[in-house]
Amino acid sequence: MRYPWLRLAIFIVGCVLPLWWLYEAAMNLLGPDPGKILMDRLGLGALTFLLVTLSMTPLQRLTGWSGWIVVRRQLGLWCFAYIVLHILCYLFFILGLDWGQFAVELRKRPYIIVGALGFLGLLALAVTSNRYSQRRLGARWKKLHKLVYVILGLGLLHFLWIVRSDLREWAIYAGIGAVLMALRIPAVARRVPRVISRRGRVV
Amino acid sequence: MLIKLPRSSECKASEITPEGLYLSRRTVLGGSLAGLALGALPRLGHAAEASRYADVEAGAAPAWFSDKLAATRWQAVTVKDEAITPFKDATHYNNFYEFGPDKGDPAANGGSLQTEPWSVVIDGEVGKPGRYALEDFVKPYQLEERIYRLRCVEAWSMVIPWLGFPLAQVLKQVEPTSNARYVRFETLKDPQHMPGQRSGFALIDWPYREGLRLDEAMHPLAILAVGMYGRELANQNGAPLRLVVPWKYGFKSIKSIVRISLVAERPQTTWEGLAPDEYGFYANVNPEVDHPRWTQARERRLPSGLFSPNVRQTQMFNGYADEVASLYTGLDLRKNY
Repeated sequence: MRYPWLRLAIFIVGCVLPLWWLYEAAMNLLGPDPGKILMDRLGLGALTFLLVTLSMTPLQRLTGWSGWIVVRRQLGLWCFAYIVLHILCYLFFILGLDWGQFAVELRKRPYIIVGALGFLGLLALAVTSNRYSQRRLGARWKKLHKLVYVILGLGLLHFLWIVRSDLREWAIYAGIGAVLMALRIPAVARRVPRVISRRGRVV
Repeated sequence: MLIKLPRSSECKASEITPEGLYLSRRTVLGGSLAGLALGALPRLGHAAEASRYADVEAGAAPAWFSDKLAATRWQAVTVKDEAITPFKDATHYNNFYEFGPDKGDPAANGGSLQTEPWSVVIDGEVGKPGRYALEDFVKPYQLEERIYRLRCVEAWSMVIPWLGFPLAQVLKQVEPTSNARYVRFETLKDPQHMPGQRSGFALIDWPYREGLRLDEAMHPLAILAVGMYGRELANQNGAPLRLVVPWKYGFKSIKSIVRISLVAERPQTTWEGLAPDEYGFYANVNPEVDHPRWTQARERRLPSGLFSPNVRQTQMFNGYADEVASLYTGLDLRKNY
């Protein structure tokens, strides 16, 4: 396994953040509405993991280092894990496990629908993230995983529709997302210089 | 009947100060009057009253507030079988976009607000317009403690013991003309001390504005508050003067008021201007009319614990239907949300 320490470090960060938030909530450090705050942090955490995942390919192009690509799958799976926890928080803290109401929300609220579509997309990517699926799907795998760009759009739209009065935070995430997308336009990608040459970095 | 006498069941025993202590407080205060320098008075008066509720942070009450506190009618209106929200939560979980978009921002940034001196402009369709210094503005009124439910449009709620006086008393004092049909309120605009007003990404068009129909404003439940939890208002809660309309969503209860205008036409409110399909002029608490983005049938009563989420049914008019429903007879509440 290449870069075991890097993989382990990302694994630890992914585990520790929610555990730390849970500890804060249990110690009453998150204020009177800890469930809502946990849900918000998990949603933002998932979006952050998604943006980090999407910056691996441009970083690899920029630096020529293959380590970025090695951890890409794990980062994507963390995004999925956080979204699962985000949805569980929503069901438990916001809906109070009222499934009838959940059915109503899924039909009536555009931001819930968009979020649910994003989740289905992530689910499809997560279950096909293993080597077996890669082999099995062949060329179609790459096509399927381009779905991640759609998921980013859905996630940002879901976030935008929650904003009540100030777009600053959303604009930061959307701005980073836009840069990462722009770097994938062939004309742009060709113009990005390689900072470090490839030959020094063979593992 | 509106103003209910508190029954013994309506207040938790733990919230009641022992009578001996309560009476000795007055003795202490009375005795001090003679001996102490005038400047020490507000602090002392404050310290005595703050003990009514647990864990209330000491403030720095202005002299006019401490003077009024002694004559307060405590528990003039109470809630039945509902716990009062802890002071810390009521002061650290706020929407006050002038100080930032997050719930903790108002507490973190509110300190920069200058509440002394403060003046209130009364204008429009009134017999006695003018600019009043706050201490003169509040002088005629006796403070009452009103323990009200507060239901935020975001589907969380609290129970808060306010200190204030009926808005109706103020309106009568300024003598509305026959043209006056609505009351318009305005919050301070002070970007220097209100960082949220400097944000380039804020969607709100400052200053924050709110409004009531004149008959709503005259309703005995509508108050102007100057304090809470037995002390003056903290800046993040809308010091030094705010509106409290308990049967409407919290955003109607405008904070840090600098202007009250009586007008003939229905004023456009801030949230109405921002998203008219989401926030109406009336904004009455109504479990049957959803916010387009979420249901209003339920609310999280704060504090809502991690392992025991305190989710409950929202009541029509936030539980004040008996008192206020008659204001809206014949009005389609689905259209006039």
